[in-house]
Amino acid sequence: MRERAAIRSSLAVGLAVSLYGVSFGALSVASGLDIWQTCVLSLFMFSGGSQFALIGVLASGGASAGFAAVAGAALLGTRNGLYAIRLSPIVGGPWWRKLLAAHLTVDETTAVATAQPTRASQRAGFWWTGVILYVGWNLTTLAGALIGNALGDVRAYGLDAAAAAAFLGLLWPRLKSLQPIVVAVAAAVVAALLTPSLPAGVPILIAALVAVVVGFFNWFGKREVA
Amino acid sequence: MNVWETILLGSIIVLALKVAGYLVPQSLVEKPAPSRITGLLTIALLSALVAVQTLGSGAQITFDARVPAVLVAAVLFALRVPFILVIIAAAATAALIRLLT
Repeated sequence: MRERAAIRSSLAVGLAVSLYGVSFGALSVASGLDIWQTCVLSLFMFSGGSQFALIGVLASGGASAGFAAVAGAALLGTRNGLYAIRLSPIVGGPWWRKLLAAHLTVDETTAVATAQPTRASQRAGFWWTGVILYVGWNLTTLAGALIGNALGDVRAYGLDAAAAAAFLGLLWPRLKSLQPIVVAVAAAVVAALLTPSLPAGVPILIAALVAVVVGFFNWFGKREVA
Repeated sequence: MNVWETILLGSIIVLALKVAGYLVPQSLVEKPAPSRITGLLTIALLSALVAVQTLGSGAQITFDARVPAVLVAAVLFALRVPFILVIIAAAATAALIRLLT
């Protein structure tokens, strides 16, 4: 029974989030990647935030910003590592199953799995969300890339503004208390101020230091509710 | 590094971070500081990307059609309009402004 409920939320989350893939595919092509590169990114990296960061830095700095793009993707991917620690006892099993699970360890699979009440339904929620999301994300990435490619001049269609709006959309649900809002505003100001004086991508990485400092000292934070 | 190398190196690192989580001891997740910093890191990076994507133009800061488009997006996100519709509205705003100016 509970497993059926888990599968239901897997379907809802997996299908809804898959639609982001269209945005990603179109914006990736707008950033200068070709259709193959866009699809390989979704197949191999499979982590929305990291993928958006990679194409975002490449869009502003070109191929020469490669190292900054990789660093941005890696920093946004660190939270997947923390999710994996929580999912490890849920997934269980031999190493090859954990390796497969690792590739599917992202925001959505963690959210669905950890919201379930029993170990069996957690496991069902994780794998169903993971498979639906993986298939959906890659199919919609391809669709988006084909659309973006057909459009041609992306600025005329406002796709550069759409990229900024996409980051805002990923950010928005996280701004629920003072601490994240302070970090968001400070990081945006730091990145904008440093853009004229540093190579592309580097201001974004320096802005990340705001999070490390504020998080370490827990400034503007609430007392921890574990 | 060319684009393909960037994609492959980035993918390997992102997967390695995921795998690392399955290898480290469970106790790390109970410590509040690492998970707090990771959460804020995501926020700082996304916010910095919003700023650079909205204002950046090569190595310069400019105010063009992207600024009103992102403001429209912010209002729509606040009104809980679905993601894909907001993205389309933002693109349409910028496209319209560029068409008219």
